[in-house]
Amino acid sequence: MAEEKKIDPIAGVETTGHEWDGIAELNNPLPRWWLWVFYACIAYSIGYMVVYPSIPLGDTYFSGTVGYSDRINVAKEIAAAKDAKKEYLDRIETSSLEAIRNDADLLSFSVVGGGAAFKENCVPCHGGGGVGGPGYPNLIDDDWLWGGDLEAIHETIVHGIRWDQDEDSRYSEMSAFGTDELLEPAQITEVTDYVLTLSGQEPTSAASAKAGATIFADNCASCHAVDGSGDREQGAPALNDQVWLYGSDFDSVRAQIHRPQHGVMPAWGGRLDEATIKMLTVYVHAQGGGE
Amino acid sequence: MSQAVVANNNASTGVGAIPYDLDVVKLFAIAATIWGVVAFAAGVYIAFELAFPALNFDLEWLSFGRLRPLHTSAAIFAFGGSALIGTSLLVVQKTCRAPLWGGRATGRFIFWGYQFFIVMAAVGYVTGVTSGKEYAEPEWYVDLWLTLVWVVYLTSFLGTLMRREEKHIYVANWFFLAFIVTVALLHVVNNLAVPVSFFGSKSYSLFAGVQDALTQWWYGHNAVGFFLTAGFLGMMYYIVPKQAERPVYSYRLSIIHFWALIFLYIWAGPHHLHYTALPEWSQTLGMVFSVMLWMPSWGGMINGLMTLSGAWEKLRTDPILRLMVTSIAFYGMSTFEGPLMSVRAVNALSHYTDWTVGHVHSGALGWVAMISFGALYYMVPVLWNRERLYSIRLVSYHFWLSTVGILLYICAMWVSGIMQGLMWRSYDSLGFLQYSFVETVEAMHPYYVIRGIGGVLFLLGGILMAYNIFRTIRGDLRSEKPYAAVAVAAE
Repeated sequence: MAEEKKIDPIAGVETTGHEWDGIAELNNPLPRWWLWVFYACIAYSIGYMVVYPSIPLGDTYFSGTVGYSDRINVAKEIAAAKDAKKEYLDRIETSSLEAIRNDADLLSFSVVGGGAAFKENCVPCHGGGGVGGPGYPNLIDDDWLWGGDLEAIHETIVHGIRWDQDEDSRYSEMSAFGTDELLEPAQITEVTDYVLTLSGQEPTSAASAKAGATIFADNCASCHAVDGSGDREQGAPALNDQVWLYGSDFDSVRAQIHRPQHGVMPAWGGRLDEATIKMLTVYVHAQGGGE
Repeated sequence: MSQAVVANNNASTGVGAIPYDLDVVKLFAIAATIWGVVAFAAGVYIAFELAFPALNFDLEWLSFGRLRPLHTSAAIFAFGGSALIGTSLLVVQKTCRAPLWGGRATGRFIFWGYQFFIVMAAVGYVTGVTSGKEYAEPEWYVDLWLTLVWVVYLTSFLGTLMRREEKHIYVANWFFLAFIVTVALLHVVNNLAVPVSFFGSKSYSLFAGVQDALTQWWYGHNAVGFFLTAGFLGMMYYIVPKQAERPVYSYRLSIIHFWALIFLYIWAGPHHLHYTALPEWSQTLGMVFSVMLWMPSWGGMINGLMTLSGAWEKLRTDPILRLMVTSIAFYGMSTFEGPLMSVRAVNALSHYTDWTVGHVHSGALGWVAMISFGALYYMVPVLWNRERLYSIRLVSYHFWLSTVGILLYICAMWVSGIMQGLMWRSYDSLGFLQYSFVETVEAMHPYYVIRGIGGVLFLLGGILMAYNIFRTIRGDLRSEKPYAAVAVAAE
């Protein structure tokens, strides 16, 4: 309101003379340190812009006085990292899996390198340490769907399982006995009971399990074998052990017969280089279940 | 003295003659109080979801992905926006000595229109309707509605400024105007989109690829700059001198830091896109503009804090002023941390980690929320003509709950974020990556729990404030022992 400049009695500084709703303003100068730090920031920024890529010039840009480029730096760093490991990686790439397995140096390098690759690529499905989970096979036991020797593991990693973008991917599919009406619901219950007995579990009734035996022989034994020991050629799981991919209880087994679930694993050939895949193979093989 | 301060404010400046529309300010004050509690509660819930994922109960509308935008929008737009629009309408009327342009109906439209926007946006988030742009998630029809409300708000604000009875425009109004104009520009450009159908909610952005990313972070960073910084500086420039009963420290500083701030801020967005497909030259520009922004940001802090010179002793007896001063301190800290994190070498470590989340919350909880608490505590007794707040002691409890809550939050995120960044870039002696992503997530768990606990404290403070404000509006006075100096000042 009042347009007269007053001296604020507490600060001893002149006001600007304006007042709004009782608020006045002192006419203090800019703090010196503030101004100088502001100038310093501007000077630093200009210097930075001279050194680094900064100004757009039509369809190109001023690339700075030191020729800095993130993309070139990343490529250099990756090359340097590869160089540091080159000696071992070259030997791994040209050696057979068996030779890597039997060379103490290559084996320990592969277990470390394969372990790192496993953490990066495999842990989301197979779990930390490869313990698996419902629908995702455990890799540290000795129960294998498609084989657990070095060659079989390598083949699985390179081509994947049921991976339709790779012609050589391992493929098999269990019939949906319920949804495709290959068996009556009562028959599915009976064969479920029989399957439970294969691994020493209690069926809902002995009579049902007995009826299921015939159904099993007619419909299931061709893949899962007469004694339920499975068939690795077709990736048919063993039913006579305690390892279950989708659960061992009556409901889980029955659901799997009614409308089976099938796991998919991507093909890693082409996504990972051959040396990494070999290290992964040796790593998985060394986890306890390798054959 | 604080009780006397509040009482004096009622009587100040011979209000009687000018028909101010204070009812719209009251509505916004109530809305801000309620939305604050909602936003903090949503934040606490999703913080615990991150620590204990089972809390989403396998329901899609309780999943983190849907509740996160609900939390951010409730905090920024519902709570912060209501506090900002409310105080701006109070400040522009009082410091111009002019009633709201457009009359009471315009004020009501701004209020209910804005609340309708919030509810429409929230319903969309929970049911999965989203444009997928961070802090700009509402779909096209909600965006159009907000544009209409915002234009009315801008017109009414400008109209009030133009018929002012004061020769000069008070600094708070510069900041509010910068906030309103820039947010309008940001909102319209970033949300340019083509709806798939007239009656459908889905739309596609006009931008694609790296242009989309750049537009989005031009928007996102300036939502921080003009909504959460400039707007709340406007709030600060009114309530701090009012509550401290001191003149603003430096008129010259206010001019210089205002223009420097708004000129520099608008270019800083690319620092959100370091080490991405964005051309390197624009990353450099984003970084250097952020570095130059440090001092202009601190100009506001200096002016806020130094306004207390000659009134520092009031901090001992006035918890409202303590809230304001602490918020300015957090503002200073996060506006130093921001430029620091924009430096490419620092960003290489901090980007995509919890450090960023902690940084945002030291600004959002420390600065934005606490200055808003101060504003609400200042405004409510003035608006409802009460002698003072229901309880000054409760304000003090609120202050401590919030401060401890924020400290738990940001310290946990510093540790967690830096650890996360270091784990990501950690190699063993043979040159292989040392940790899987899952291992970094596992390592962060304890800090997520601490963050959640910090959030609970902050939420409790918010509930305490809502109760205090409710009782103040009802006209109750808690009989409590006043702070030492208060007894003297109140005769």
